Amino acid sequence: MSDGAVMEPILVVLLVTDFLLLGSSRFRTCIKLVSVQGVALGILPALLHGAENSVRAWLLAGGSIVLKGVVFPWLLLRILREAQVRREAQPFVGHSLSILLGVGVLIFSLWVGSTLVLPATAELDTSLLVSAGLATLLIGLFLTISRRTALSQVLGYIVVENGIYTFGVVLVGGVPALVELGVLMDAFVAVFIMSIAAYHISREFEHINVDQLDRLKG
Amino acid sequence: MDGTAILPPAAALLLAPLLLGVINRTKAFFAGRRGRPLLQLYFDLFKLLRKGATYSRTTTWVFRAGPIVGLAAVLAALVLVPLGAVGAPLAFGGDLLVFAYLLCLMRFFTVLAALDTGSSFEGMGASREVLFAALAEPALFLGLAAVAHQSGSLSLSAMIAAIDPATWVSRGPALGLVATALGIVLLAENSRLPVDDPETHLELTMIHEVMVLDYGGPDLAFVLYGAALKLWVLAALLVGLIVPVRTGRPLLDAAAGLAGMLSAAVAIGAVESSRARLRLVRVPKLLVGAMALSALALVLVLR
Amino acid sequence: MAVLLTAMGLVALGGLAALAAGRSSRLATILGAGGSVIGCGLGLVPALSVVLGSAPTGWHEAWDLPGGSFHVGLDALSGFFLVPTLLLSLLAAIYGGEYLRPYAERKSLGRAWFWFNLLVVSMVLVLIARNVVLFLVAWETMALSSFFLVTFEHERAEVREAGWTYLVATHLGTAFLLVMFLLLARSAGSFDFDRMAAVVGLAPALASLIFVLALVGFGTKAGFVPFHVWLPEAHPAAPSHVSAVMSGVMIKTGIYGLLRTLTFLGPPPAWWGWVLVTIGLTSGIFGVLFALAQHDLKRLLAYHSVENIGIITLGLGLGLVGVSLHLPALAVLGFAGGLLHVLNHALFKGLLFLGAGSVLHGTGTLDMDHLGGLLKRMPATGATFLVGAAAIAGLPPLNGFVSEFLIYLGAYRTVTSHGALAVLVPAALGIAGLALIGGLAAACFAKAFGIVFLGEPRGERAAKAHEAGWAMKGPLYALAAGCAVVGLCPWPIVQSLGPVLGTLPGQSVASTGSTLLGTGHLLLLATVVAGLVIGLVGGLVLLRGRLLARRPVEETGTWDCGYARPNARMQYTSSSFAQPLTSLFSLFLRTRRRLTPPEGLFPGRSSFATETPDVCREGIYRPAFGAIERVVGRLRVLQQGRVQLYVLYVVLTLLALLIWKMG
Repeated sequence: MSDGAVMEPILVVLLVTDFLLLGSSRFRTCIKLVSVQGVALGILPALLHGAENSVRAWLLAGGSIVLKGVVFPWLLLRILREAQVRREAQPFVGHSLSILLGVGVLIFSLWVGSTLVLPATAELDTSLLVSAGLATLLIGLFLTISRRTALSQVLGYIVVENGIYTFGVVLVGGVPALVELGVLMDAFVAVFIMSIAAYHISREFEHINVDQLDRLKG
Repeated sequence: MDGTAILPPAAALLLAPLLLGVINRTKAFFAGRRGRPLLQLYFDLFKLLRKGATYSRTTTWVFRAGPIVGLAAVLAALVLVPLGAVGAPLAFGGDLLVFAYLLCLMRFFTVLAALDTGSSFEGMGASREVLFAALAEPALFLGLAAVAHQSGSLSLSAMIAAIDPATWVSRGPALGLVATALGIVLLAENSRLPVDDPETHLELTMIHEVMVLDYGGPDLAFVLYGAALKLWVLAALLVGLIVPVRTGRPLLDAAAGLAGMLSAAVAIGAVESSRARLRLVRVPKLLVGAMALSALALVLVLR
Repeated sequence: MAVLLTAMGLVALGGLAALAAGRSSRLATILGAGGSVIGCGLGLVPALSVVLGSAPTGWHEAWDLPGGSFHVGLDALSGFFLVPTLLLSLLAAIYGGEYLRPYAERKSLGRAWFWFNLLVVSMVLVLIARNVVLFLVAWETMALSSFFLVTFEHERAEVREAGWTYLVATHLGTAFLLVMFLLLARSAGSFDFDRMAAVVGLAPALASLIFVLALVGFGTKAGFVPFHVWLPEAHPAAPSHVSAVMSGVMIKTGIYGLLRTLTFLGPPPAWWGWVLVTIGLTSGIFGVLFALAQHDLKRLLAYHSVENIGIITLGLGLGLVGVSLHLPALAVLGFAGGLLHVLNHALFKGLLFLGAGSVLHGTGTLDMDHLGGLLKRMPATGATFLVGAAAIAGLPPLNGFVSEFLIYLGAYRTVTSHGALAVLVPAALGIAGLALIGGLAAACFAKAFGIVFLGEPRGERAAKAHEAGWAMKGPLYALAAGCAVVGLCPWPIVQSLGPVLGTLPGQSVASTGSTLLGTGHLLLLATVVAGLVIGLVGGLVLLRGRLLARRPVEETGTWDCGYARPNARMQYTSSSFAQPLTSLFSLFLRTRRRLTPPEGLFPGRSSFATETPDVCREGIYRPAFGAIERVVGRLRVLQQGRVQLYVLYVVLTLLALLIWKMG
């Protein structure tokens, strides 16, 4: 199977989960979507570069699948149980509009992907990878900005990380494994800390809406 | 144009009501009931055609024109829609636009006829119908654009004939996205679950059923038959896309197409049995989502 | 050319005579309307003949103005815009004769007819002027005469406000045009259009600057978002036959001006096309959304003009993209669709505004929430309005479908080809945008026709409505027939666009011909399908007739789901019909709601009202003009109200100038 044939379905999963995230308000669904996204991305480098340096690629894949497919969802579902909220009630930007903006982001990323020249390592057609990565990154940022609850922001952060990870796939030949692992570690620590923070916000204020944090300042 | 081109419209004319029978039987199966006879809609149609009519004093000729223009539009659309690899009697570059706008014409007159009764129920249905239709339109047009790009043609028959198993191998994800989007459009345009519940007649949750509340006799027969045909044409597009049987033997292809249509009906029945109706405010999200999927598919094929 | 000028002379003469007729409103109407009708009818002959392929003609006369000369010309592009202008003016004049009659006791109709005829003459002059000074004079005359027509009912405060908005907007637009023409004239060394067209190798930066200036200047007249703010104010305020002319053809002079300027600028860069596509999509979606939120029928129609200008601009933008990226099919189809939509919009928007005028004439109100059931009381107006509504919604077999079909076809052909992203993205956006606009426009006109003409009357006035007379019904029939003719035999009309397209940048008659020929075949087949629909409708009517022939057909009340006492106020209103859409797009629309809910066990009076003011007006112009007013207000110290002081200012300025010139 050619690289393109493997890559395309996974990137489609990536982008479709992006859109679904933009459109769903239920946290449980969102958490599941993010973990699906993480797992799909985890498989990607292993399939693409499996033949070349298998150990490293498989290690990376395994690490990220375990982290994003198991650990993160577990952490987040725990907050969910604690916080007793089920859905993002009133995002700053409505869901339909969010999806439309997502399409706009996608077109923008497509344009960037087609013009940006990256030091492509393999004979891989990277333009879609770059576009999908950028779109995921921007959509993740958008999720962080447009939602009220801390949980959504953690989710947005993971999506951003997934976007960066997709970028990383393009450059995987050129980036040492240590850096990759470092990024993963970083994400892990961040999510861990943010979950704890969200947990405490929820215990302290009995909700996890971040937009009321401004009342804390003197 | 050869003799086989008569197959798609003929099959639609004869079998469209059967599709609804299959859907109902599927739903009955899931609910553990025996369900209505498969041919129930045919019986209903014959019964209605032999009845008289009752019109509201409020209504004008627009109310009477509604079912007729609607049925005429969808009948005209039949000549453009292929059944699997079997081409339609009339195919030309851009017929997909004519097709989409004929459905639009049908809807426009159904909505006007609903408003003509002066009843707020019908007004409510009309208002929802136009909203959902307006949102479904970009999804349909973009999805068709993706398929058109893939096949290099702007005619429904040629577009669908160009999709074979090899296309699915090379362009699977994009075609899958288009199929999903078209599936959502199909459910929304035909007022099926999860957009609208075709079973509830007097709930306030409905769209299409409530608009035709005041019809009886031959008019209702036209409305029901028109709705069945509309379901058929949209399902035919979807089946043409996801059942890539292209043997080159028209009869075999047509048989595959028909089998596909029946499975589509079963699938719709299964979807209807497994999903609850969405709250009305959530339907736009679904349709915008369908549009996003179409756009994504277009991006994938254009790249 | 001589025929056209004579015809315009007749129109002008009619106007002057009407003014002279003074008090006798009947005589003024006969003279004014008669002059317009005869003049426009006569003018149609040369206009049509040049569109159909006869050689362009011109007329040159020296003129005692710096840079000015009375240079007029008639080529295919002018002719193409002249045809709807003259046709709609003619019909509007007939219509206006009856429409204005109720005003005769309070108003001087002579003046109204004078301004109307002047508007017609100036529009024609704008379209045929070949000299900058003549063009601008005609342009300003057009603005002023329409201003006086808009303020026809100047005793109403909102009409005065609308008039001022219009006057300010149009002059701001003209300011941009002035700069643009000066730049053009400087590089051409002449104020003559012919010399400007002859200039080759304009510096790209200068050409782009001129393009942007033209976009703002002409866009203000055409109603591009966000320069459209005057449009939904002025069009409803004017008498309906004037609204029809303004909305149907006057705003198209903006499109004409833009196209004419493009012919001076040489090969367009791709981004001009992108800008036009963006403006087209923005105007289209913005226009139709705001139209949906309105409940004044004429305001709704005015917003639809913004939408249709958007569709035209989208077509032209795709055409420009096609020209600059060398895609002849896209260029031809985009331009052809856009231009044909100019004609179509004149037909159906003229029809709809005249229909709205008949509604106002017959009921005295345009508030849709107080209308209803008019189809029974005004059958002719209702039926023709339905034709216009279906046409503007782009439904086959009417004319709106044909032009949208062409634009879609151009975009789809581009998408099927393997082009660059630079053209694929606009094409795909065009498809999605047109689909959304089409769906929303259908929704909006289902609302407009359904609420106004169907159901039961929602108020006293609607219940007592009366049909208009023949002079008002005739033009409606004519325009409805026009919509049907263009819809049913689009092919000859599209073919006749060949010479017009030949005048546009990057197009030659030969190359456009072959593309149009290929399209003609498709249009023919599309028409066959449309014909099939008509045939089937006929067949089904007969079938139902036979089925019901020997069976009981009863009349009864509408099924009310068991509720015993429905009344007409309980029907869905225009606001409730549009509510799901307006709440979905509330982020853009910012609809204001005023709700006094019923309270307590025995609720008293309660009320609910919505209003959707223009977002651009509220968000951009009001604050901007407020700021200007504050700044300029400081200059008030100069204003002391003494004549001596003003003379002093003049003297000081003169002295300063003198010293500056000497030194």
